[in-house]
Order: sequence, then structure tokens, then C-alpha cells
Amino acid sequence: MEVLLAILVGVLYTAGVYMLLRRSILKFIVGIIFLSNATNLLVFLAAGLVPGQPVFLESSGSAVRELADPLPQALVLTAVVIGFGIVVYLLAVKYRLFNETQTDDLDQLKPTEED
Amino acid sequence: MTLAVLPILLPVLMMIIHLLIRKESVAAISGITGSILLLVSSGFIAREVLGGNYLSLVAGGWDAPFGISIVIDPMSALFLVISSVIVLSISIFALRLPERKTRLTRFYFFFFALILGINGAFITGDIFNLYVWFEVMLLSSFVLITLGFSKDQMRAGIKYMALNLIGSLFFLAGIGLLYGKTGTLNMAHLAEILMHDDQSILINSSAMLFFLAFGIKAAVFPLYFWLPASYHTPDITVTSLFAGILTKVGVYAMIRFFTLFFVQDPLFWHNLLFVIAGFTMLAGGMAAISRYETRKILSYHIISQIGYMIMGLAIFTPLGVAGAIFFTLHNMLAKTNAFVVSGLINRMRGSYSLKEVGGLFRESPLLATLFIIPAFALAGIPPLSGFFAKFILIKAGFQGGHYWITGIAVLTGLMTLYSMIKIWNEAFLKKVPEPRIKQETRSLSFVDILPSVILGTATLLMGVFAASMVDLSLQAGDALLDPVHYIESVLSK
Repeated sequence: MEVLLAILVGVLYTAGVYMLLRRSILKFIVGIIFLSNATNLLVFLAAGLVPGQPVFLESSGSAVRELADPLPQALVLTAVVIGFGIVVYLLAVKYRLFNETQTDDLDQLKPTEED
Repeated sequence: MTLAVLPILLPVLMMIIHLLIRKESVAAISGITGSILLLVSSGFIAREVLGGNYLSLVAGGWDAPFGISIVIDPMSALFLVISSVIVLSISIFALRLPERKTRLTRFYFFFFALILGINGAFITGDIFNLYVWFEVMLLSSFVLITLGFSKDQMRAGIKYMALNLIGSLFFLAGIGLLYGKTGTLNMAHLAEILMHDDQSILINSSAMLFFLAFGIKAAVFPLYFWLPASYHTPDITVTSLFAGILTKVGVYAMIRFFTLFFVQDPLFWHNLLFVIAGFTMLAGGMAAISRYETRKILSYHIISQIGYMIMGLAIFTPLGVAGAIFFTLHNMLAKTNAFVVSGLINRMRGSYSLKEVGGLFRESPLLATLFIIPAFALAGIPPLSGFFAKFILIKAGFQGGHYWITGIAVLTGLMTLYSMIKIWNEAFLKKVPEPRIKQETRSLSFVDILPSVILGTATLLMGVFAASMVDLSLQAGDALLDPVHYIESVLSK
């Protein structure tokens, strides 16, 4: 499971970087989504996977064999929500910019005026 | 101990209030009142903390390494006070936002959201919580930088977002790897674990991720390109605020992390920091010399001054770190003030380009005085704060035997002086250029100059009471290099 996830993280990072280097703003945003998901999985994976175990003690107080760590899940949940908010705002800006300039190509946009 | 939550509680309250307020005049009063309250509360916090009692608080009733802790040590307290002074002056400066384009109620909402993120970053004692505050700061700064939704602003906004988002992802990856290795997120607990750890190679991967993340935020040498590409497009109110505080939060985080727990491999890290600091100073300084637009000159200047702060951190003696802190505090005030004055020049003449303005000395000696204070402070002329800040850094550099970086610091000081003299000559001394297209000569009212007066007074006070400021910075620097007290104040509850 760890190996599979590690490969997935690698693939997502690669795809994300590739998308970031495109000229289209929309592809850039997709790249950000890939990278943020890759990072979320990385956090999840780095903290260690303990499949099929509860995150708490038995009611009798005796510990089960191994406890799962609930913290990385909480972290990833927070990060997912933040990433979602940012992507929504990026899409809104992209939409406004497209309405103004009718282009999605970063090269077509004039550089911000140099002096 | 509830005092410690005020820096984040007050901005939240102000955000809620500004959601409800509809009238601009009421918003103006409440915004400024909120900023004054913030300044007063951070003053009380500073008095408490600098007296020797660290304020610490654990959220949610969980004990220290498990709950999210809030810790205010001398460095946090000093940063809180200075940023509150800037917040107060910008809240007044915002009264002159272009009325039809931006509503004050909306501005104040995102303004206080930004302050929430900044103050949270200054006081938190938990690395994941720091990430959350960075995101709060980042998202509200996205909104502020594109506030008018003009084409230029959105273009610049996308550049700003691109690098800053990548920085955040580096930060999150670093947190994940560090948590995987140590099993804790609490800064004090991390410091305790890593202090007795000699597997520096394993920690270095996370340290590098953090370094890249904070380097992007702080705009250090190879990562600074987003800053000059975006800082000249938003309204000058927003630019002044960003210039004063945002990059310095990155510097704050870098100082915190590289004194508290990434201290296992000093040979590698300090040399890297020296190289970065030198290039940052030179690149920013030289780029500033070549520009003719006040906001661009000052933007490149932010970068060159960040180099000094990193240099102080890299020297890594109590004097060096104290110098870095003093320099950062001085720079926050003076840089904001310089941008505010450039906004005032624009208000009088309708242009930011040095080629189109002139003759301001004759017309408004008061404005000239207001410009002289931050300009001379930035250049490091003796009675002002910048002189003492640079003096400490250069002294620390010589004491540590780092002659190269000290030489670069002196050279950059000269470049700063040159850029400031250029603005002075062009905007104030030169005659009004002949083919004036727009005949704008608006005069300034009391409200216009008040923000600059507040910031200038603060800069002057820092210069006059330099001895006590140096003592406070030394206290903060000592506390950073010997974090026993910090760790105890969090973990021994």
C-alpha cells in the first residue's frame, strides 16, 4: 500500500509540475490542484499508515495491538479545505481575466508595464 | 493568560463587525478604533513578555505537546507591537482609497483577515497552525492584491499567487515529513526532540522544504521574482501594508525555525544563508538603482533589505540575531513609510514615475520632511534607527570574522543611499518637468499625512531610544539562541 501511494504521489507531482509549465492559466490551475493533492497524500503517507485499527483505546482501557494516528487525517482534511478555497478563488480570478482579455495564454498577456 | 489570544481575537471580531456594517463613515470609525485596540493590547502583551513572563496558552484543554499552543516570547512581542503600529497607520491611510472602486467596509474585512493571519503567525507555537495562518494571510492578500479587478492587477495577482502557492505546498510537504520523523507538531516539543538528535541528514530534507517555503515568502535571492512583478499594481494602501509586513512574516518564520530546531548542521546551513543573503542584497540593490518608478525602486529595495536580515541570522551570534531582529523592526516601519510617502507624491502629482514629478520641495516642505525620515533611516544615516541596525549587523559580522558579507552589506548601504538620493533629487529638488500633461497639484490635508507622521515618529523614537531597543533585541536574540525558557514555558504546564 505504501509503495503504491508513493508511486501515486510521484506521478501526481510530475503531472503537476508539467501542468505548471504550460502557458495556459487553466492548465496552471489544474497543476496546482495536482500538486496540492500530491502534497496531501505525502503528508498522509509520511505519518505512517496503520490500516484497519481504531484511533482509540478499548472501553476497558486495554490497548489494542496498534493504534492508528488520527492527527495526519485531521491535517490532510484541513489542507484539503484550504486548497479547495484557494482553487475556487483562482478560478474566479481566471474567469474575470478571461472576460477582460479573451485569452487564456500567459504569453498573450502583455507583461505588466516595465519602466 | 487570556491576554495571549487578543492579537487573533480582535481581528476576528473586527471582521465580523465589518461584515455587518454597511455605511462607509461607520466603517472608517470602527476600522481605526479596532486598530487602536490592537495596538493597545499588543503594548500590554509586550510589557508582560519583555518583563520576563512568556505568555503561553494551550487551546482546547489538551495538554502542551498535543493541543495547539500559543507562545509569545520577546521576538513575537516586538514583532506584534511594530506590526500594530503599521496596521494603525494603514487603517488611516485607507480612508483615501479611491471611493467608487473600493468600498471601505470590504477593504477592512480583508484587511483584518490579513492582520489575523499575520498576528497568528507571530504568536503560534505549532508548525501546522503556522501553516494555517500563512494560508489565511495568503488568501486575504490574494483578494487585496486584486481588489480593483483591473487587468494589470489580475495579471500581477496570478504571478503573485503562482509562486506563493508553490511555497505553501513546500511548507506543507515539509510539515508532513517532519511529523513523520518526529511525531510532533509543537515547536517547543520539536526543539526538545531535535536538540538531542544527531541524524542531521534526515532532518535536512524537511529543513530545505521549509527554507524554500519561507524563502519564497520572504523574497530571498533566487525566489524573489514574484515581488517586483506584483507590488506595483494594487492600490498604494495595499502595497504599503504588504511591503511593511508580509515579507517580514517569512523572515520571522525563518529566524524562528533556524534558531529553534534546525540547528543540527550549522556548517551547511549558515554558509547557505550567507550566500543567499549576499546575493539578495546585491541583486535587490542593483535592480533598485536601475528603476525610475518610485514603487519599483522601493519594491526592489524590500528585497535588498531582506538580505540584511538573513545575514544577521546567518552570523548566528546573539549580537547577529539581535541585529537581524532590530533591522527587521526598523525596516518594517521605514519601508511602509516610504511607500506611504510615494503614495502622497502620487496624490499630489498624479504619477509614480520620477520623470514626471518634481518641484515638491518648494511646494510642500512638510512632505519633504516626511520623506527624509524613512529615506535616511533606510540609508542608515546616524540619528535614525537604520544606522543602529546596520551598525549592529556590521559589528557582529566583523566579530564573527565574516568579512565578505560585511563588505557586501556596506556596499549595499551605499546603493540604498544612492536610490534614496535619486528619489529626493528627482521628486523634490528638480524643477517641475515642462511638458506636464496633467496639471494636477492637489494639496494634502491632515488626514493624508497622518499615517506618515505616525510611522515617522515611530522611526524617530526607535532612533532616539536606540539603546533600549538594542537591549530589547538582545534580550530577544538571547532567548532565541538559548531556547530553554521557551521550551519550559510551553511544556512544563
